[in-house]
Amino acid sequence: MTRVFLVGEDVGVYGGAFGVSDGLFQKYGPERVLDTPISEAGIAGLATGAALTGMRPIAEIQFMDFITLSMEQLVLQAAKLRFMLGGKVTVPFVLRTPAGAGTGAAAQHSESLENWFVHVPGLKVVMPSTAADAKGLLLAAIEDPNPVIFVEHKLLYRTKGPVPEGYYLTPLSRSEVKRPGKDVTIVATSLMVARALEAATQLASEGIDVEVVDPRTLKPLDPDPIIESVCKTGRVLIVHEAVKTGGFGGELAAVIAESEAFDFLDAPSGGWRVDIPVPYNRDLERRMVPQVENIVDAARRLVKEAR
Amino acid sequence: MTAPATSTPVEFAGLSREQLMVMLHQMLLIRAFEESAEQLYFQGLIHGTMHLSIGQEATAVGACAALRPEDYILSTHRGHGHCIAKGAEAGYMMAEFFGKETGYCRGRGGSMHMADVETGNLGANGIVAGGVPMAAGVGLSLKMQKLDRVIMVFFGDGAANEGAFHESLNMASIWDLPVIYFCENNQYAMSMAIGKAARIENLSERAAGYGVNGVTVDGNDVIAVYEATCTAVEHARSGGGPTLIEAKTYRWKGHSKSDKQRYRTKEEVKEWQERDPIGRLVERMQRAGLLDESGFTQLQAKVDQEIVDAIEYAKSAPEPDPATILEGVYA
Repeated sequence: MTRVFLVGEDVGVYGGAFGVSDGLFQKYGPERVLDTPISEAGIAGLATGAALTGMRPIAEIQFMDFITLSMEQLVLQAAKLRFMLGGKVTVPFVLRTPAGAGTGAAAQHSESLENWFVHVPGLKVVMPSTAADAKGLLLAAIEDPNPVIFVEHKLLYRTKGPVPEGYYLTPLSRSEVKRPGKDVTIVATSLMVARALEAATQLASEGIDVEVVDPRTLKPLDPDPIIESVCKTGRVLIVHEAVKTGGFGGELAAVIAESEAFDFLDAPSGGWRVDIPVPYNRDLERRMVPQVENIVDAARRLVKEAR
Repeated sequence: MTAPATSTPVEFAGLSREQLMVMLHQMLLIRAFEESAEQLYFQGLIHGTMHLSIGQEATAVGACAALRPEDYILSTHRGHGHCIAKGAEAGYMMAEFFGKETGYCRGRGGSMHMADVETGNLGANGIVAGGVPMAAGVGLSLKMQKLDRVIMVFFGDGAANEGAFHESLNMASIWDLPVIYFCENNQYAMSMAIGKAARIENLSERAAGYGVNGVTVDGNDVIAVYEATCTAVEHARSGGGPTLIEAKTYRWKGHSKSDKQRYRTKEEVKEWQERDPIGRLVERMQRAGLLDESGFTQLQAKVDQEIVDAIEYAKSAPEPDPATILEGVYA
């Protein structure tokens, strides 16, 4: 029998709130695509208990905001069980969750809470930025023997990109240079990778050569490609959607500051959400999250000021 | 010695004399373990805290006696008894208590995370109702794998007021999962009396809200606990889904080491001590001619020796190597 199954709210006939599991119920049936009551703590507990006893669940939390209701099971149970029990158990599950603003859904349906989980030993945190990565990283997360929080940006659901055929794994904890360049490094996550690449294209026409690095797995982080890039360019711009205070950018800045890259660093900078809840108003919502033009401006300033 | 295996009176619910002796042995061992644990703490040999289950031996032993070795349990912060009743060895438990490398959790878990995966104990838990949502997951896993096993999750009266309990019981109900929800109602959630924390007389009444069977038993009567659990286990095994068992009992000691017990009277404690689950079993077995004075003395001596051996083993067991400090965070 296969050990992988999908469980969550409206993942069955409905196909998931964002259509991610569309058609899976028809293909695999109610035993492997399981609709749950509105019980986010229960869903996290289901995944943990099933993983503890031989299954490989994929749980969905419908909006990342709702993961706040699952925190105890994720942070105090799933993440710590292996350690607390002296390494005698494994908890292999994937918890997928749509995150991010840009849909007009206001403050309780737009969160980017990835760094809460980065702070927890025992959890892995993955944030794909391309279609090919989404497939390869998801399969790698399912094969991984640890609990993995898999954060999918809602706006990326609408993007297209080449995806290799067949079964392949994109290894976790491998940062990737998405675009090589020599003048400035942009370290970006999730949707911000796409925006950074677009910014890089615009800046290329001004003669500014941007390197874009995507950590892809935030925890455990693969720091080397980031450090190498900053050593090369001497300038780094960190871009993520989550709020600045306590955000992943601070961690990236620390990693860079502690490394040899610090000696090469002429100018650091960051772009992130303003420290406020996500507003409903279209213009306000747009302003609070880094846009392509903000990234272009910040990167240009870095290069000009540090010249 | 006294009676053949098959001829215990009907009041023993079909348990043979040998089975009863195993249960009595476990109850005595739990009490001796708890008493020694407290002494070791006062002697400064153990640090941290602990939650003693003295007075509650019948719930752990009666419930686990209804399970098979391959069945699972999830336990609570007051979990030493569950661990012993499911088949763990006192020596490895004591080693864990001492934080030693050969303890059940390599010294990483301690009292509140005692687990013995090999005997189906998936672990005590430091969070009230922490194991309850996982129980539905284990039940789902067993059902999906078509395994002839059940999961029993222990929790207290306090946990019955956590939201997660309700989510879990509801999910186990709608999917007919083989889960036994075993509530050890020991009357107090730390200092909050259950009479103040809930309006209903019996917590098992909550089962009705989820369309499952609920039953309240005398938690200080190990045979009654066993019988009720057998019914629930059979129901779960045959695909009937979960049962909520409430066993009313009492902890003789405080909640943990910091408890000054201002919330209850000495008279109340004494009243419950007169309903001692061990004394009641011994008396019944003696009355039925299943146990005599020398038989009991021998058993008590055996238990005392087991604890002496366990402490000796734990004291001489190696400390974890600091070089292994990072192990076990990720698989």
